[in-house]
Amino acid sequence: MLVRNPAARVAVWAAFAVVLLGLVITPIAVTVITAFSASWTSVLPSALTTDHVADVFTPENAASIGVSVQTAVLASAVAVVAGTWAALAVPRLPARLRGAIDAFFHLPVAVPSVVVGLGVLVAFSAPPIVLGGTPSIVILVQAILVFAFAYSMVSAAVSQLDPMLDKVGGSLGASALRLLVTVRLPLLLPSIAAAAGLSIALCMGELGATIMVYPASWRTLPVTVFTQSDRGDLFGAAANTMFLVLVTVVILGVLSAFRRRAR
Amino acid sequence: MTAVLDAPPAPPEPAPSRSFSVPAWVWVLPPVAFILVAVAYPLVGIVARTFTDKAERPAGFATWRDTLTDGAVLSALGTTVKVAALSTAGCLIAGTFLALVLAFVPFPGAAAVSRLIEVVVSFPSFLIPLALGVLLGPVGVAQSLGVPTGSFTTSLWGVVLAEIAFYTPFVVRPMLAAFSQFPTVQIDVASSLGAGPLRIIARVILPAALPALAAAGSLTFLLTLNEFGIVLFTGAKDVITVPMLIYTRSIVGQDFASAAVLATVQLLISIGAYVLYRLLMQKGMR
Repeated sequence: MLVRNPAARVAVWAAFAVVLLGLVITPIAVTVITAFSASWTSVLPSALTTDHVADVFTPENAASIGVSVQTAVLASAVAVVAGTWAALAVPRLPARLRGAIDAFFHLPVAVPSVVVGLGVLVAFSAPPIVLGGTPSIVILVQAILVFAFAYSMVSAAVSQLDPMLDKVGGSLGASALRLLVTVRLPLLLPSIAAAAGLSIALCMGELGATIMVYPASWRTLPVTVFTQSDRGDLFGAAANTMFLVLVTVVILGVLSAFRRRAR
Repeated sequence: MTAVLDAPPAPPEPAPSRSFSVPAWVWVLPPVAFILVAVAYPLVGIVARTFTDKAERPAGFATWRDTLTDGAVLSALGTTVKVAALSTAGCLIAGTFLALVLAFVPFPGAAAVSRLIEVVVSFPSFLIPLALGVLLGPVGVAQSLGVPTGSFTTSLWGVVLAEIAFYTPFVVRPMLAAFSQFPTVQIDVASSLGAGPLRIIARVILPAALPALAAAGSLTFLLTLNEFGIVLFTGAKDVITVPMLIYTRSIVGQDFASAAVLATVQLLISIGAYVLYRLLMQKGMR
């Protein structure tokens, strides 16, 4: 026990509670309360309402949700397929190449999201590949941002795989493709699912790079939240943010249930 | 025991099936091509754009010279580093404190708090400036209660507070992982020899966790250096960081050449911070 004195321990816990409340719990609680407030200009909101939450599902806003879900799912699919592929291919490389290629796949982490947005906008607004003004450009920037993340999650799981499995399977005559599909991928499935779930959650909340490239016809929910907050509609913005938080919590909840069952 | 020592000779390596035998390095090409097209090509495009002017005519180093001698750019660079350094310091202090308590002064419910911190990391970053705006904004709750918060949320310190709130969980996670490796018997020994808690933290725990602390600090510095969503959402007119300037110059001002110079500078600083992070991580692994 680090702190033996009971009074000191209570003081430490009190300080812990203050920091946790101030930095972590208050922002979430305030967002939820704001989402349900008619107006809030005193200690407590003057009246509670479900109007803002109901507004989340108006056709215009629901369209924004639909855009966000489609973008996040497609971007995560691209990132997870490319990331898993890379994670499976890198350990088979000759040792000299392995470190360099691993660093290369981590490169997107070091690229600021706003630079990803600007680069993609500049590069893909002119031939040979023109994506400017289409949903693909938003999907592409989000896929770039979560790629390195998916790669490192699956890589960590690949390095945990027992190398004997491949040798045993191979000695029994299974082809490399069959080993991949029936042995390696099923064993990696929990981490691939985790990478996919977290990628979707991160893409759903992505604002920095999206705002650089989005066409007016393809407005994601975070962009809508930004315009709401910019015009002073904090209540609508809070309701949409609460919705995004709920989506994240549900994805993480499903993933942890999935992981518990896999065990 | 001889049975164990005399293990049968390893079976000969099975001959790899010849059905579609290509060298191993060929398999890595598709994802390499993806990163080359999706990341390297745009970055090269940005650097190429720096040698043109606003109207996309070749301009040599003129855009570089104009942008880097611009007072607004220099002050944005200073603001970016200042916000990142202050936020990182705040996150390290708050995050290390939270992790120390969770690991070494546990309480009922500590596991639930750890899980909450795991979850919060995936929340959208703009939740923080939004909540701060409601509480402390110019027409916020605190203002109406007579607490003169004024323009705090749109000041440099408001942005720093928002970034500390968002990035502290990013420090708590690796620090908790580092502390969980720490043998508690060392604390018991130090404590039985009469060392107080602060002395134990300073002399025993933190030195052992220094590599993790350095790695967490450099990662947080990298993330806060590149933070754009929070600054944009705060809408602070006086807190112009380089990412914010890249956005206003390109999307709002349509000056892509100058934005490209800023992006190149930001990229170089960011890669520097990332290399530092990787070096510190490798040092910590050893």
